[in-house]
Amino acid sequence: MTMEQPYPAADSDSAPFWAGCAAGQLLIANCASCQHRSLYLRGHCPRCGADEPARQEASGQGTIYACTTVHRAPAAFRDEAPYLVALVELAEGPRIMARIDQGNGGEPRIGAPVTVDFRPGPADFVYPWFVLAEAG
Amino acid sequence: MSAVIVGVAESDLGIVGPDRTELALQAQAARRALAEAGLTLADVDGLATASVEMNAPVLRVAEYLGVRPTYLDSTNVGGASFVSHVGHAALAIEAGLCEVVLITYGSTQRSQRSRVYGQAGAVRYEEQYEQIWGLPMPVGAYALAASRHMGLYGTTAGQLAEVAVAARQWAALNPVAFSRDPLSIEDVLASPMVCSPLHVRDCCLVTDGGGALVMTSAERAADLPGLPVDVLGFGEASTHYRIMSMPDLSSIPAAISAPAALARAGLSVSDIDVFELYDSFTITVLLTLEAIGLCAAGEGGAFVAGGRLAPGGDLAVNTSGGGLSYCHPGMFGIFTVIEAVRQLRGECGERQVTGARTALAHGTGGTLSSGATVVLGRQG
Repeated sequence: MTMEQPYPAADSDSAPFWAGCAAGQLLIANCASCQHRSLYLRGHCPRCGADEPARQEASGQGTIYACTTVHRAPAAFRDEAPYLVALVELAEGPRIMARIDQGNGGEPRIGAPVTVDFRPGPADFVYPWFVLAEAG
Repeated sequence: MSAVIVGVAESDLGIVGPDRTELALQAQAARRALAEAGLTLADVDGLATASVEMNAPVLRVAEYLGVRPTYLDSTNVGGASFVSHVGHAALAIEAGLCEVVLITYGSTQRSQRSRVYGQAGAVRYEEQYEQIWGLPMPVGAYALAASRHMGLYGTTAGQLAEVAVAARQWAALNPVAFSRDPLSIEDVLASPMVCSPLHVRDCCLVTDGGGALVMTSAERAADLPGLPVDVLGFGEASTHYRIMSMPDLSSIPAAISAPAALARAGLSVSDIDVFELYDSFTITVLLTLEAIGLCAAGEGGAFVAGGRLAPGGDLAVNTSGGGLSYCHPGMFGIFTVIEAVRQLRGECGERQVTGARTALAHGTGGTLSSGATVVLGRQG
């Protein structure tokens, strides 16, 4: 039996992020008061407390901050193992977790450049994968 | 601080069987700890506990034990919770809110096979940005931290394995430890990979078990039979919940909580004789050694090499065998304090650290999310 993979419970905070992914945009928060950029959208800036930070479309460029190969996968992912999951540091600053596609055989070393690639996920969600930029 | 620990005990550990509950384990540990202290349940007016499984655990444990506390602490910061409970209880006792605080924990996660490995269905809250990717938690988060430590500082898998090997050597000296068979660095490296770079033997055990601590004032302890252990200092901190939000994967909350605890104790890290450091994974110990100032950031791998943490090494760390080899029933924090107290009382037999007068117990919870540190001292 194939178990259902988990998917986001989009809420009033996160729905714009997931809608952005569906539209090919990676949205982050950018505070007008303190210029702090943060990953997930919420009604205030987590650094200075200002109301309703603006949404910004991130460039989709980033680098590998940390990366692991999952060998012993949760049941719903067992058919895909082994696979890479990383923390990607976006060019704009925030970090995001994502699956990594090695593209043309790129090595997921710390600092290796990656580019966002929107791919279909379960329950009609679109997920922001990242692809290693080049081999070597 | 003037509060003291006057009783410590474990429940049955390891595999307790499918028909025993975490409440029964907590009651067993609590009554043992109270008996050791020369007290009974009727003396208890403060209660602290946390649970992986239960909601409102302090109410359920109070009812089950038959106590009616007027000081209650259900702080749950993951595995570090019980170290936080000690600090909070010390303040409450000093403030006169209560006189005898019981701290308990129990879990039957091994017998119940209740350890969760990944989520299904719709994922709420901030987890929705992480759990969708199939990274098992908490091991995946610790693997990310280990990968970064290796990539930035050149730490090796063999250096991580040193932590597991040292823990196993201590466990061989602890009659109640779960895993006591010899373990080599090669064995760790040859064990199945879970999430690179962490192998199965880089990960803590999954066992059943429970524990209890009894605290009171120094004044009340003067009338009790045992040797009280002073709570000299306490600190706690959190920097994030999910690993994606951790400010720096090389700096854990212990870097805040441990200096605070040492400062309150009026001690420096070089004054400490015994270290009981939460070892959910081998990388946790490396990061904690760096955070509490035993070595510089990035130098944890070289620091532990050559059996430095093992019996007979330079530093007495995790003398019970730790979560890696002694027991790990879901949350380990209470066991760091139990072992620290026993070391200070000189009760540890073959694994006793000679002349131990000061100890530091540190809990790490969540995905390197919380840290709680207590500094303990032997009187006289």
